[in-house]
Amino acid sequence: MEYFQSIDWMTMLYCFIVGGILCVIGQILIDKTKLTPARILVIYVTVGAVLGGIGIYQKLIDFAGCGATVPLTGFGANLAKGAIEAVKEQGLLGAFIGGVKACAGGIAAAVFFGYIASLVAKPKIKKQ
Amino acid sequence: MNPTDSPKEYNEYVTKKAPSSPILKDCFNAFWVGGLICCIGQLIFFYCKYKGLDQTSSSTIVSICLIALAVFLSAINVFNRIGKFAGAGSLIPITGFANSIVSPAMEYKSEGYVMGVGAKMFTVAGPVLVYGISASVIVGLIACFFI
Repeated sequence: MEYFQSIDWMTMLYCFIVGGILCVIGQILIDKTKLTPARILVIYVTVGAVLGGIGIYQKLIDFAGCGATVPLTGFGANLAKGAIEAVKEQGLLGAFIGGVKACAGGIAAAVFFGYIASLVAKPKIKKQ
Repeated sequence: MNPTDSPKEYNEYVTKKAPSSPILKDCFNAFWVGGLICCIGQLIFFYCKYKGLDQTSSSTIVSICLIALAVFLSAINVFNRIGKFAGAGSLIPITGFANSIVSPAMEYKSEGYVMGVGAKMFTVAGPVLVYGISASVIVGLIACFFI
């Protein structure tokens, strides 16, 4: 029960609103343009990396927590943030190491769980 | 009227017959499902904080948990239904990234484990990683030489 007392409900609300708005922007892109989901995801990651690189996205993360980190823009921002932090420590080498290192957990989890799931799950038989 | 008389008439016919996309309803569904997924992430994040983990580890654990959840739901064919209902609401959060890895991997299983599962896994995730990682390297190079 102590855990529930530790929850900051205002952050929760901002998280819901910001996460929702980011998804609505994606939905408008789907409905109003002919962009495929793959392109939208690429746009989100790239925009996130640019915003993360110039430091704007960190403010959104401070404000909305997971509402900003869970959407794919957060993935991009995390890549950029990792690269910048690694550059501060290791110089040029960091530019190549930092980004993937910061997101390694997510990438490895997605690949590993995805592979296991494809081994275990039966593919859905498409009804014609 | 024969609808294919001229390209113009045909286009009008198609526009008339195509289901009108209820954009407001789509956006509303995307909003609350997307928000809800982020809130689940935030709950996990607060739990990690409560257990005394630092910011970076907590964020990574949130990603891993949401990915695992999305992969599980994809494997039992529930995620597709959520996706149809919520559109971008389930696509934009990291759950969509996980789903984009699992569903082609499952679908192309019959083509073998290397060129089927292994290669098709990255049909959507590949471009995302290419552009994301490239952007991060560019950001890193700029940070290295100009700051």
